[in-house]
Amino acid sequence: MIGTIDEIAIRTDGVSRSYQMGDALVRAVDDVSIAIRSKEFVALLGSSGSGKSTLLNLMAGLDRPTSGAIFARGRNLAEMNSEDFAQHRSHTVGMVFQSFNLLPRMTLEENVELPLRLAEVERNDRAGRVREAVERVRLTARLTHRPSELSGGEQQRAALARALVNRPTILLADEPTGNLDSVTGDAILHLLQEINASLGMTIVMVTHDHDRAARFAHRIVTMADGKLTSDGIKS
Amino acid sequence: MKARDLTELAGRNLREALLRNSLTTLGIAVGVASLVAMLSLGVGLQELASKRLSRSGLFDAVFVSSRMNRGFGRPARPDPANASPAKPLDEEARRKIAGLANVVEVYPEIRFPTEIQFEGKPFSTTVAGIPASAKSDGAFDGMKGAFFSGPNVDEAILQIEFARDLSTQPDSLLGKDLALRYAERQPLPAEPSAGKSKAAAGGTAPHPGESDLSPGFSIVPREKIFRIVGVVETEPATGFGGFGRGRLLIPLQVAETLRIAQANDLREILRGTSSKGNYDSLTVRVKGPSQVKSVEDAIQSQGFTTFSLLDATKSLRQVFAVFDLLLGIFGSLALAVASLGIINTLVMAILERRREIGILKALGAADRDIRRLFFAEAGVMGLLGGILGVALGWLIGSALTFGTNAYLRRQELPPIDLSSIPWWMVAGAIGFSVLVSLAAGIYPASRAAKLNPVEALRYE
Ligand SMILES: Nc1ncnc2c1ncn2[C@@H]1O[C@H](COP(=O)(O)OP(=O)(O)OP(=O)(O)O)[C@@H](O)[C@H]1O
Ligand SMILES: [Mg+2]
Repeated sequence: MIGTIDEIAIRTDGVSRSYQMGDALVRAVDDVSIAIRSKEFVALLGSSGSGKSTLLNLMAGLDRPTSGAIFARGRNLAEMNSEDFAQHRSHTVGMVFQSFNLLPRMTLEENVELPLRLAEVERNDRAGRVREAVERVRLTARLTHRPSELSGGEQQRAALARALVNRPTILLADEPTGNLDSVTGDAILHLLQEINASLGMTIVMVTHDHDRAARFAHRIVTMADGKLTSDGIKS
Repeated sequence: MKARDLTELAGRNLREALLRNSLTTLGIAVGVASLVAMLSLGVGLQELASKRLSRSGLFDAVFVSSRMNRGFGRPARPDPANASPAKPLDEEARRKIAGLANVVEVYPEIRFPTEIQFEGKPFSTTVAGIPASAKSDGAFDGMKGAFFSGPNVDEAILQIEFARDLSTQPDSLLGKDLALRYAERQPLPAEPSAGKSKAAAGGTAPHPGESDLSPGFSIVPREKIFRIVGVVETEPATGFGGFGRGRLLIPLQVAETLRIAQANDLREILRGTSSKGNYDSLTVRVKGPSQVKSVEDAIQSQGFTTFSLLDATKSLRQVFAVFDLLLGIFGSLALAVASLGIINTLVMAILERRREIGILKALGAADRDIRRLFFAEAGVMGLLGGILGVALGWLIGSALTFGTNAYLRRQELPPIDLSSIPWWMVAGAIGFSVLVSLAAGIYPASRAAKLNPVEALRYE
């Protein structure tokens, strides 16, 4: 899992995703080629509607490109069958959303355990893995709470633990601080930074906030109208 | 996803939308219940009818007669279909038939008109000999008192009409004695003495030329005391063509020892045929209607003529098969409506759980997992609905039986068991319910599995 900085974690090759809206063709992502290296912390910036979420969903294996290729672990996502596509979502990537997306009727522990159930991890191994992930986001005291009993920041940390629990190689986060105040948001970003540094996990994070992107990420990629407009590695 | 996790999640989802899922399950249960109620009614009525029929003694009996005396006074015709020679229906033939497989009892029909003396008054009636096997065939189920305590006891059972002739209080007759008067046929002693015999029949001289070949007999009036042990409402059958005419019933073996002078004794003497000890006909009681055919064939191969009502039972079964089919179709329609309920519930659940499905997919669930999850939920609802439905169907059947019996009681008729739920119906109904539910789950499950996660997650 931990490779050299030059290893490619995920790469898109002329990838496009368009939607037919009546007579108009909306090019949400338009011919994007980008390579994300292992252990990189990438911030994806751009105005609303520029196609950030669409690109992230393509990398996450939640959506298939209209054209182009996406390579992860040497395989093209665009050509995978639905079974392998599910395996990609299960083992290669972990997702964090702006609106947390925890299952409301499950406790924190059960929410975090869910990816392990889906990945058919042995029952005996699950408890330890759940505890490890929950400890990493410092929520051990809240294991038996339901999402409605947690604060926004705690919910996002729970979602983060759930994304980490199956030990993916890439963490994809779509505006993880969008629903949080700046202090709580910063705490989440610190957590991501810590995960990136200590676990060497590749992170791609969508954000509106250029300032924060500059503070936490290694590399800032900007999009406009579905295209990449700039790609810069911080020194 | 592993089966255990799948069932856990499915159970969880079912509990979460408890009201809606319970209503759906109830819908299935009502469908299964109507199916079970209708089928149990069909089976129950069928059992009732076949029990009644076997009580009538007609469907598990074979009536045997000799080919020699087929038709009165006419010579026996050779039967080309059956090459075996005609044989007399005598004691030996009776033993042979009794020794056949599946034969319960072989007995002659004994019935004679006579006079009885009860509390000093004479009554004329018809006496019938009742075989021991009649006890179990149900005709005496509703009787007052008891069946004969043994095959050789001097006990009598009265038919209710006759009992009413004897007393206005038929119940009070139990335990009382009556005297049966009959004419006994006695072989003549070596030197016939007409003076001793009072009756006329034996007194007329036998054909002179054949006097040594066919011994004559005398008729002696006799009297025998019988204790009344029971009063029966229905008129038990004692053989083909004989049902309903015996009003005073005594054990068959006792009746046989009475050596009653019969009408054709006279004719035999006149014809000079020595058929003494031969039977006109015998009734063969078989274990069940299904064995009638084989027993009949075996008896025919021994050289006798047989008769049974086998074909009648066949067409009766056919009628009931069609009846069951119709009831089953109506029940299945009810279940079809119930499965529409399942489809509706699960399709509604997809709309409601779009987001959840999207999240599960984002976390690594395959299409197959989602499909199986919905499938499992449909299956569990089908299983629970099936179990509940069988219980409900049983309740409906019991209620129908209860109501019918309340009505029958008011009509002073014996109660009946209207519905019957055999174990195969329980298993079949539950299995059917699960299958139908799974089939109903196919469409919603595959729709849920195909849901695009990006779109599913967009729903707030
Ligand atoms: N399912 C869809 N059907 C039609 N058009 C869509 C669909 N999904 C996205 N789009 C369009 O694609 C474009 C990019 O959308 P996307 O959600 O990727 O933008 P975004 O950069 O994430 O914006 P935001 O910052 O507001 O989240 C938008 O113009 C959007 O309207
Ligand atoms: Mg977006």
